Amino acid sequence: MHALTALIIEDEAAIRRFVRSALEDEGYRVFEADTVARGLIEAGTRKPDVLVLDLGLPDGDGVSLLLDLRSWSKVPVIVLSARVDEVDKIAALDAGADDYLTKPFGIGELQARVRALQRRRSGDAGEGNGSLVRLGDTVTVDLANRSVSRDGEPLHLTQLEYRLLATLLAHRGKVLTHRQLLQEVWGPGYVEHSHYLRIYMAHLRQKLEADPAQPRFLRTETGVGYRLL
Amino acid sequence: MMDDDLRPDPDALLAALPAPRGKLKLFFGAAPGVGKTYAMLAEAQEKRAAGLDVVVGWVDTHGRAETEALLAGLDVLPRKQIAYRGKQVAEFDIDAVLARRPALVVVDELPHSNAPGSRHPKRWQDVDELLAAGIDVYSAMNVQHLDSLNDVVSGVTGVAVAETVPDHVFDRASEVRLVDLPPDDLLLRLAAGKVYLPEVAERAAGHFFRKGNLIALRELALRRLADRVDGQMRAQREVQSRAPVWATSLGVLLVLGHGDEDSAVRQAARLARALSAPWHAVWVDRGHAGAAARSSVLAALAQAAEQGAHTLVLAGPAPASLIADYARRHNLSLLALSQRGNRPRWFWRASLQQQLAQRAPELNCLILAAGERRPAATAGWRWPRAGAGGGGGWWQTTLASLALTAAMLPLRGVLDAANLVMLYLLLVLLAAVRYGRAPAAWAAVLSVALFDFFFVAPHWSFAVSDIQYLITFAVMLTVGLVAGQLVASQRQSAAQAGQREAHTRYLYEMARELGSALMPEQVGEITGRFLQASLNAQISLWLPDAEEQLEALPDTPLAVDAALVRWCFDHQQAAGQGTHTLPDAAQLYLPLQAPMRTRGVLVVAVPDVLALADPDNRRLCEAVAALAAQTLERLHYIEVAQQTLLSMESERLRHSLLAALSHDLRTPLTALSGNAETLLLALQRGGRAEQEQAALLLAQSQRITRLVTNLLEMARLQAGGVTLHQDWLPADEVIGTAIAALGNTLDAHPLQLDIDPACPMLYGDAILLERLLVNLLENAAKYSPAGSPIRISAAAEDGRILLRVADRGPGLPPGDPARLFDAFSRGERESAISGVGLGLAICRTIADVHGARLSAANRHDGGACFTLSLPLRPPPALDFDLENLP
Repeated sequence: MHALTALIIEDEAAIRRFVRSALEDEGYRVFEADTVARGLIEAGTRKPDVLVLDLGLPDGDGVSLLLDLRSWSKVPVIVLSARVDEVDKIAALDAGADDYLTKPFGIGELQARVRALQRRRSGDAGEGNGSLVRLGDTVTVDLANRSVSRDGEPLHLTQLEYRLLATLLAHRGKVLTHRQLLQEVWGPGYVEHSHYLRIYMAHLRQKLEADPAQPRFLRTETGVGYRLL
Repeated sequence: MMDDDLRPDPDALLAALPAPRGKLKLFFGAAPGVGKTYAMLAEAQEKRAAGLDVVVGWVDTHGRAETEALLAGLDVLPRKQIAYRGKQVAEFDIDAVLARRPALVVVDELPHSNAPGSRHPKRWQDVDELLAAGIDVYSAMNVQHLDSLNDVVSGVTGVAVAETVPDHVFDRASEVRLVDLPPDDLLLRLAAGKVYLPEVAERAAGHFFRKGNLIALRELALRRLADRVDGQMRAQREVQSRAPVWATSLGVLLVLGHGDEDSAVRQAARLARALSAPWHAVWVDRGHAGAAARSSVLAALAQAAEQGAHTLVLAGPAPASLIADYARRHNLSLLALSQRGNRPRWFWRASLQQQLAQRAPELNCLILAAGERRPAATAGWRWPRAGAGGGGGWWQTTLASLALTAAMLPLRGVLDAANLVMLYLLLVLLAAVRYGRAPAAWAAVLSVALFDFFFVAPHWSFAVSDIQYLITFAVMLTVGLVAGQLVASQRQSAAQAGQREAHTRYLYEMARELGSALMPEQVGEITGRFLQASLNAQISLWLPDAEEQLEALPDTPLAVDAALVRWCFDHQQAAGQGTHTLPDAAQLYLPLQAPMRTRGVLVVAVPDVLALADPDNRRLCEAVAALAAQTLERLHYIEVAQQTLLSMESERLRHSLLAALSHDLRTPLTALSGNAETLLLALQRGGRAEQEQAALLLAQSQRITRLVTNLLEMARLQAGGVTLHQDWLPADEVIGTAIAALGNTLDAHPLQLDIDPACPMLYGDAILLERLLVNLLENAAKYSPAGSPIRISAAAEDGRILLRVADRGPGLPPGDPARLFDAFSRGERESAISGVGLGLAICRTIADVHGARLSAANRHDGGACFTLSLPLRPPPALDFDLENLP
């Protein structure tokens, strides 16, 4: 089995340096690029297994690179953003990024995100087999029968609750923006009605989480969206 | 399935509705004493018992004990004392009701006329204002006070009633309850002294309370009520049928100016209502009406306008053709004339009706019955105003006649008498053209006398030997009078046409000048100049400032009643001279109504009191006000656009500056902390002693990061113009994200979450609220000893949502807790615990932008508690049909 490769597109050498060592610790062979143009070439030639992308690059915006990249590649992308404005993160996620980190970030955090994405990519999302997906030790989702059980007891989910859960499961580990979730679950007419999403998410947490205020699986990305861990 | 058809959005519909108008319930009776006040108070008591806030604004119990007993428990508002002719008069206090804002107010005796100096001349206008303010009203009236039935009633009973209520008040009342009592019972009650006070009853019974009268009145009341019900039924049918209603071609045109003005207006109004037809009232001003007659006709026109007529003053010598043209132009097929107008003035002239029949045979002509009570208004016939000559031309015509006589004396034998007469005729005609009717008549008389004296045998005497000269005299006199009359009428209509033309020109020029106005002051100056030129009026323009306080533009010398300006602005109704609101005021107050809102008030003062009663002048003022209002609105939007542009620009600048700063600070901090962590990990793996320094490096860089984050956040919030991304957020989600964001900072403290499951969703910016809670929790963790619990609770109380963070630390420092939220203020000076003291200041700023309150207090059993109190908003509706999505 050949080594996994990672590509860092970041103009700041000091940041590249430690991101590189963090990824090498995870067993990646790391390539670097410092511009949008260079990054696209590297991504095309190296075919990386994960891509760490800075949003502010000297010759362009990381979002435009993402849009270009997504037309021909499904490589998982983690975006690094120095901007606190959630709008930029949402734009990057809507453009096809899988996850984001706000600078400054910890090494452990970066490594955990990369691992989560890699797990999903290799297809064994969740610790189950076939159509059965497990959330922690208690909740089991049977995708084939569209049924959910908690501690062995069947749980009743409404149609929309189930659809929301299934959508999150299909993109496990990835941050889904409010807009993406509303569009997928409720339909394009509802992308502005984010209170629907919040209410149904609260219902789901009541049913699936041991402590709905401190959820283990159904995580909130404040101002951005949700993610199923 | 979601049905996304054309169902209207209920929110949008609700927003489009004006504030709900109060409901008027009228207690309607045939005569005094039938028990209206009693019924009204009994019903008010029921409403009060049902929990409604009921007050009594005005009730006169006339000393009736049963009625007085019903006042028990009701809140009776004090009456307002108004000084009038040295006496104190008690009146209904409308402002007290408006200030008190009850759900329902009882105001008896709707037709009452208020003492001069009150806000409105009539009580029904007070009630109208209460309804407009959304307050329900109970009121009472008798049938004889209905405007349209007023003369019928006085015809039946022989008692004139001066106080009337327009029919539209009756027709638009939400509910009319008939309080009915058979005449015999009423007479019994009267005899028993239960109606009025005893001494008054004596007198009243003789005139009014005859059985025949009472039966007739009862019939009138029942019939009027039946008409109302009938009208409602028809309206309902129209609504249900949904078919387009064709405008009826039947319209009524009332021609005023022949006396009995008031009666004619009433009859025409009644007629138009019975036909459900539009109606117009016109007066042909032929220039010879006296001041009294003129004002009586103008008052009647105002009365007609009040009753729903379009009114106009026409001018010209030939009334018949003017009226016929007007009727055709406005599609009015029924002409109403008073009887006097139908009588020919002179036997050889056709009556107006005959002339109309000739000119417009397709029009129906209706002769109204002559009113009984009022004197004819045409009594004040006057000489028309003299023309350009001003002084009248009496002297000039006298001198000219004498001069002509002197010049012709030597020619007495040479010229024929017939030719001499021609010369005199010429003189009379010239006098008519130059000076008008009266000097022409004078010239005719004088010429006849001079001609007779000097040129008709026997000379030097007024005796006439030849009878044929009498014909000459008659012709001269007639020519003089007729020519004078024609010229005067012509001149009058020319003057009026000229005035209208001038008004149009003024408006046109004013519109053009206003088009280029850029400042409100210019609008005031232009408006003032044009009204000065057209009506010789002075104006004052009042505009609202940012706090909705009305301020007069400078340079207006008028003394203006600021309270009336305010009233006019708030009610969007004209007030002052010639209106229903304080008609005794010296000026006319016009609201400047633009499409979006009222932009101010225009106050017009005209030296000639009658000028504003002329519908033409009033319309001119209104047109000027409308133009000014539109210009002010245009100026307002120009300003808004400029300010928006400016604030967008500065917002953009600020945003990019902060973003750049944030980027430039965060990038090196990321490199610093990232590399420090890498170093630490490597040293840990090697088991090296230097790992301690690496850990310090990492911790310090993280601390700088927090400081920078706080500073940038504060800068962003304090720079103003924070755009809130408000959304509906479940309380547990907001609290949960804040706890998650703090990571292991809270590890040392057990958390107690107490989130009320019934707590409604918050409406706020998710990121800012998370930031606020993070800071509060960080604070709690920082100031309380390790191992002590931190309690977080969320619940709705008293219309607010309260989020609390409580710790078991040392509590707040002594002093004002509010000081804690000031930037750079810390619980203790030079504390050993890190932070710049920005955390709580950020919290307060975030609370402020949400319209929330943030407070701190000590818990009674130790520790500090911070409370965020957010306004509770009705949560959005959810469409649970969505569950049935495919």
